[in-house]
Amino acid sequence: MTTTGIISQLLQLVIALVLAPLLVGWVNQCRAWLQNKRAPSLLLPYRTIRKLFHKDAVVADNASPIFRLTPYVVFAAMALAAAIVPSLATDLPFGHAADAIALVGLFALARVFIALAAMDLGTAFGSLGARREMFIGFLAEPALLMVLFTASLISGATLLPTIVETLAHRDIAIYPSLAFAGVAFTMVSLAENARIPVDNPATHLELTMIHEAMILEYSARHLALIEWASALKLFNYSCIGLALFLPFGIAGAGAGWLAILAATPALIGKLAVGGFALALIETLSAKLRIFRAPEFLGTAFLLAVLAMLVNLLLGS
Amino acid sequence: MDKALHLVLAAIVVWLVIGAMGLARPRSLRYVGRVLFSLSALVAIALTVIAFLSIGNAAQSLVLPLGLPDLPFHFRLDSLSAFFLLLLGAASAGISVFSAGYFRQSEGVAPGLVSLQYHAFLAAMALVLIADDAYAFMVAWETMALASFFLVTTDHRIPDIRRAGFLYLLIAHIGAIMILLCFGVLRGDNFTFDSMRLATRSVAWSSIAFLLALFGFGAKAGLLPLHVWLPEAHPAAPSPVSALMSGVMLKTAIYGLLRVTFDLLNAQLWWWGVLALVLGLATALFGVLFATVQTDMKRLLAYSSIENIGIIVAGIGLTILFKSYDKALLAAIALTATLYHALNHALFKSLLFLATGSVLHSTKERSLGKLGGLIHRMPWVAWLALAGTLACAGLPPFNGFVSEWLLLQAFLFTPNLPLSFVNMLVPLAAAALVLAAALAAYVMVKFYGVVFLGRPREPNLAYAHDAGTFERIALVWFGVGCLLLGLLPVQVIAHLDAINTMLVGSTVSHPGTTWWLLAPIDPDRASYSPVIVLVATVAVLLLTIQIVHRNYHGRLRKGPVWDCGFPAQTARMQDTAEGFGQPIRQIFEQFFRIERVLPTPFDAEPRYFVRADDHFWYGLYLPIARAAEWIARRIGLIQQGRISVYLTYSFFTLLALLYFVL
Repeated sequence: MTTTGIISQLLQLVIALVLAPLLVGWVNQCRAWLQNKRAPSLLLPYRTIRKLFHKDAVVADNASPIFRLTPYVVFAAMALAAAIVPSLATDLPFGHAADAIALVGLFALARVFIALAAMDLGTAFGSLGARREMFIGFLAEPALLMVLFTASLISGATLLPTIVETLAHRDIAIYPSLAFAGVAFTMVSLAENARIPVDNPATHLELTMIHEAMILEYSARHLALIEWASALKLFNYSCIGLALFLPFGIAGAGAGWLAILAATPALIGKLAVGGFALALIETLSAKLRIFRAPEFLGTAFLLAVLAMLVNLLLGS
Repeated sequence: MDKALHLVLAAIVVWLVIGAMGLARPRSLRYVGRVLFSLSALVAIALTVIAFLSIGNAAQSLVLPLGLPDLPFHFRLDSLSAFFLLLLGAASAGISVFSAGYFRQSEGVAPGLVSLQYHAFLAAMALVLIADDAYAFMVAWETMALASFFLVTTDHRIPDIRRAGFLYLLIAHIGAIMILLCFGVLRGDNFTFDSMRLATRSVAWSSIAFLLALFGFGAKAGLLPLHVWLPEAHPAAPSPVSALMSGVMLKTAIYGLLRVTFDLLNAQLWWWGVLALVLGLATALFGVLFATVQTDMKRLLAYSSIENIGIIVAGIGLTILFKSYDKALLAAIALTATLYHALNHALFKSLLFLATGSVLHSTKERSLGKLGGLIHRMPWVAWLALAGTLACAGLPPFNGFVSEWLLLQAFLFTPNLPLSFVNMLVPLAAAALVLAAALAAYVMVKFYGVVFLGRPREPNLAYAHDAGTFERIALVWFGVGCLLLGLLPVQVIAHLDAINTMLVGSTVSHPGTTWWLLAPIDPDRASYSPVIVLVATVAVLLLTIQIVHRNYHGRLRKGPVWDCGFPAQTARMQDTAEGFGQPIRQIFEQFFRIERVLPTPFDAEPRYFVRADDHFWYGLYLPIARAAEWIARRIGLIQQGRISVYLTYSFFTLLALLYFVL
């Protein structure tokens, strides 16, 4: 454990916490441009979170402690995930505590808690959302794991820093397995982050909601934490994608101060391009009926499995 | 501990004595419940300690001149037996404490009799685990089956429960016959396990022995397609008995399979591993899919047990596969994952079954459609059940996650095996495993959300009361166990290594491992530290609460539920168990045999009815039952009821026998 390691660990966590709402704002702005709308301020997510923190929380009479605990659990899980995913540097002391499988476990923990909280009040929309969230999750989670396994097979490790080290330092060539895995990962990220075509983050129709339906009952600081956690989730998924498929610019092991400082603008640049791509996908596709979602995610799952098989067949 | 085997036998005798003492005052609840079951829990704790201390010691043998002349009972205590005795002791300690507060008057059989059957069951399971010859093993195995049959049919006045009991007995006996045949194939000079270890047999006979063992022990464990008794027997039995059967008895079958495959048979073939892997994963997926559509909480847990047994058997398959190709380290990791998951399942499934027992007592209701909101009325049960739920869903930092993590590591670090199609099979198997694990989370959210969260679906749930002291102690025991096993994997694995050395000839731990970092292969390739994950999560959580409350304010108002402003809200508008399972039922429609009655708009009394049944029951069991009946009727034709006809039969039989003899 080196001093540089601890500092890059802290820096990475702080950057994730600070930049996550900005990423959401950026995606919203790009989407507005692409759809010929006037874009809201880039800083709107920050203002929303700040406003929510100042409000008085209203909690339903029949809420159990699980309901009040969940925003904190989800936020903590997402913050820890942000510390694990190598976005700036691979020399992360905390990275050894949880590998790729444990990372998926943390995401699952957050999902289960938010679904339980949605069922806690016994509202029709809440339990509907919980059911749908688990229903999306049971296909998205294995698909995500298979994508990570493909990268693990290439690098012979499940620790994300080691995976990134290996992927960043190989020869530039086209890896068919990574191509399949990349498509699968994009599909999973759309589903997991409640994006079109699986869910619509801007919908006002309760019956089509998934993620939003689960958090309808939250207000004030609880809602702020959940919104922030959702932004962090999008940030984490983007960073996983960048780490696996565009690992260039991330400071490697033993890299000095300059490399870590240089990694920050590289990350912001990559995220800006990634955010634009996300907005483009959302603009170009239409929302699927809920029962088409399994086909979408099933395709992602099969692509990820195929990536693993291709990797074994071709050895790349 | 050079007298450990004596102490184990002493514990078994004390259990039997406690059981017999119940007959002194069979109707006295205070005597049987409070006194005898508490004593039994103390014995179980003693057994746990003895077993824990004997893991890693040299094997001890003992010959007892019991039973038939010239056929003494052989007993042996080695690391594998000790591990499963530990599992039995740890689980039964909690279950006995729970039982001390559980059994009530006027529930079928008198408590004293239940106590006798219960302790006979415990003693028989312990004997199975230390038996060292086929004769002792089969006697103990059959005692276990019979004792558990009587326990399942405690409420024998209900026809459905009798039917479930008979189905269980039937499948248990088919399994027992296969195990008996397996021992016949394995026979060396005689029927002691020692002679079986020394015997040489051809590859074909070894394979036949393995297949018989897989079938026979699979029937007890609930492997596809012999799983049908589980979802019938578990709901029928009283909850502590369900916990004991699901948590411990299924593991005796796993023990038997391990004993035969790795100890009695001296070489393993790769295709046994593939067979066990495929069968295990099919069972896991089948179990979890059916668990999602259940509406009875104990049936749901029974199907979840089928899933977990599937995962355990898949782990055994992987171990066989690696062992047959001499990949000792990976075989050791797969075996560790298998044993770890067996122990984990014993704890979290016991916890969940006991929690359903408390719910059942307090509400008299087993159907998910009539529960809900119990976290407010039964906080102890609800919070401890949450630990079991998270463990069963395989989430960090609980124990279920560790064993799944280990198993996935074994899959991921599969080296190049000589056969390419086996190589291809491994990632597919990993995909099936993660799919089953993700569906398990779905099932557990459904279970917990419908039972404990939401609003009470029936008015009488408002009078539900929390569990009593004994029940709470038992639930805490299991809850703490789930957390500790999840937090201290390195220590657990250090003890499991004795079994790894014995069965596959390699250890997982290596010198220089830190106590908090689980890294079975190489800390630079894969590691997981549950302690740090937990500490970091709790730290971030507390810090966030602190910061939010200090920088802003902690003001909170209570108000009615919003629900998007819809005015009418009743408990019946929540999602039901059927509703929660509906997406899965729709996607995997082919896997179920669905019976559906949908109302039309013109029905005066609209009725909605849907039932998802098992194809195996209609496609396999009922045809076999009909065929058996048909054959029995044909054979019945020779039964004429006249003595002269029977004498003629005897005469011809004698002639035939004489012909064969001479």
